[in-house]
Amino acid sequence: MGKDIWVVAEHFQGHLNDITLELVAKGRELAQAAEAKLAVVLLGSKVKGLASELAADVVYLVDRPEFREFTPEAYCAALEAALKDAQPRAVLMGSTSVGLDLLSMLSARIACPCLDNCTRLEVRDGRLFATSQIYGGKLFVEVAVPEATTLIAVIPGSFPRPEASAAGRPEVQDIPLPATLPELRIKFRKLIEPPPGDVDITQVPVLVAVGRGIQNPDNLPMAEKLAEVLGGAVCASRPVIDQGWLPLTRQVGKSGMTVKPKLYLAFGISGAPEHWEGMKNSELIVAVNTDPKAPIFGGAHYGAVTDALELIPLLTEEARKASMKKAS
Amino acid sequence: MNIAVLTKQVPDLVEGVEIDSTGKAVDPDSIRYILSESDDHALEEAVLLKERTPARVEMFSLDTGEVRDTLCMALAKGADRVVLIRTGLETLPSNHTVAKIFASVLQGLSFDLILTGVRAIDDLDGSLGGLLAGYLNLPYVGLVRKVEMADGTSMAIVQKEYPGGYAAELEVKLPAVLGIQAAEQPPRYVPVSRLRQVMKTAKVEEKETTAPEPETVAVERMFKPEEGMGATMFSGTPEEIASQIVGLFSERRLVR
Ligand SMILES: Cc1cc2nc3c(=O)[nH]c(=O)nc-3n(C[C@H](O)[C@H](O)[C@H](O)COP(=O)(O)OP(=O)(O)OC[C@H]3O[C@@H](n4cnc5c(N)ncnc54)[C@H](O)[C@@H]3O)c2cc1C
Ligand SMILES: Nc1ncnc2c1ncn2[C@@H]1O[C@H](COP(=O)(O)O)[C@@H](O)[C@H]1O
Repeated sequence: MGKDIWVVAEHFQGHLNDITLELVAKGRELAQAAEAKLAVVLLGSKVKGLASELAADVVYLVDRPEFREFTPEAYCAALEAALKDAQPRAVLMGSTSVGLDLLSMLSARIACPCLDNCTRLEVRDGRLFATSQIYGGKLFVEVAVPEATTLIAVIPGSFPRPEASAAGRPEVQDIPLPATLPELRIKFRKLIEPPPGDVDITQVPVLVAVGRGIQNPDNLPMAEKLAEVLGGAVCASRPVIDQGWLPLTRQVGKSGMTVKPKLYLAFGISGAPEHWEGMKNSELIVAVNTDPKAPIFGGAHYGAVTDALELIPLLTEEARKASMKKAS
Repeated sequence: MNIAVLTKQVPDLVEGVEIDSTGKAVDPDSIRYILSESDDHALEEAVLLKERTPARVEMFSLDTGEVRDTLCMALAKGADRVVLIRTGLETLPSNHTVAKIFASVLQGLSFDLILTGVRAIDDLDGSLGGLLAGYLNLPYVGLVRKVEMADGTSMAIVQKEYPGGYAAELEVKLPAVLGIQAAEQPPRYVPVSRLRQVMKTAKVEEKETTAPEPETVAVERMFKPEEGMGATMFSGTPEEIASQIVGLFSERRLVR
């Protein structure tokens, strides 16, 4: 078994995604500990230039028009080809829209183990351990990474992103693609932009976030009133958006926005990893939940176990009084 | 058109979960099972497709948990056939094993679309849809939020979610496996009276399988987020909590 660490790069509109830089930094650390190489797989069209932004020893490259946009099938075929004779210790990818598709398909195609939802990777006594979150963040599972090449999908934001990229001069090698590539069954048609014209929640200093605990859309005006008093906006977790109670532009998390407000006030949000990922870097997180065991209390700075529906109007009133006092 | 919906039951988080005495597994007695949320969306998307294009919807579920009610609910929502897959396994196996079981069940059957939830809360070793597509050598797209048929039933046009409100529109040749993130509308509500009525005549078919050699994940230990490591908690009456929280805002200069 090889000791090399591989990273699958992700890029969007000509730029490397943060997750890739996070994984490259972590990958370097793991590769160094094992005195092995760090390789990055870079797939796309006109992406060769991105190779120099990667602090890797080797970049395995596909730079072809068919790879201009991600399709799970083409990417999987290229990775299969790249992995054919190589046996790296681990292949790291993001637990993202791209990585999630690849992880499972590739695992079945090349019969190697895989792990999802990883938030920690460490070497202890020469062995590699991965910790994943399951049950919406209620349980952590530590796994001894199997000896065989293992595919690992990491939740974005789990590892620090290096400051100014310590890019290297990686050796670039082309991946020999399989001859069956023209028969691809999935084709990219177009990119759909987010709906325009709503508040940009990534730019607002205070976010009043509501989750399934808000219970029904009639309770939203209450949250909006509080947001208004605090000079902020209302955002939400996925179930609230899926119900159509707020537009997609207000969603925070893996499929939504990543926000870093001065204050993130979470009402009736459990703190599932897919939500946490989008708001964990807020300067101050205050969570209100009726369940004392809600995972969000594990990471929030302040919390209260109480009914959000009862608390929101009281908070609004208190905040209004405080701001009047400040004005006078 | 034939649509298969593959589902599994997962622990209900509202009930909480406990770790067993080995410290490496969940205590099965602490669990109440419910249908995995994104599988429910997969079923909804299948029924929506059936309302737009003539289609037959068949739902398959493994036998972990209280599956009968879920299957009857699927009939009430519009599924044409529901099948309970007998595995003889006491607890839900890893997704690699689940995918192999479903692959053997689907072998020889003809489906244009195979829908499943993109992810379940207990997924540790990848997602079912991608694994299954890998084993069956079918195309797979995950994080799908919309499916439309094109070119008769030979192609689907799907929307795949990206962060920040973006999505990609993809053409997928059928047969294919899709991992549904969210149906185009929230899963429909079935009144209890309707469910009861369906249950009287519901036919839940059963299919025996021999579970493959289970592929397990080598769990070192399971643990809960450490208590007391997290938030500083406010307590008291709601009024007292409100005033403490606003006190914090004032201190941090967050009051306008
Ligand atoms: C691929 C993928 C992408 C995803 N992307 C996102 C994403 O971008 N954003 C996102 O948010 N989720 C995302 N999810 C979903 C995520 O896994 C969770 O399902 C979701 O975050 C849960 O939302 P919630 O906390 O509002 O609901 P729940 O988990 O149901 O939590 C509701 C909480 O409200 C509490 N509560 C109930 N009543 C009250 C009350 N009266 N007062 C106070 N508290 C109350 C409950 O105790 C509970 O903790 C994604 C999932 C997948 C698989
Ligand atoms: N999904 C989650 N919800 C709430 N807190 C979390 C979650 N994941 C991690 N944490 C906690 O948040 C803190 C910071 O974690 P992180 O920055 O995500 O590595 C730690 O105390 C974690 O236990």
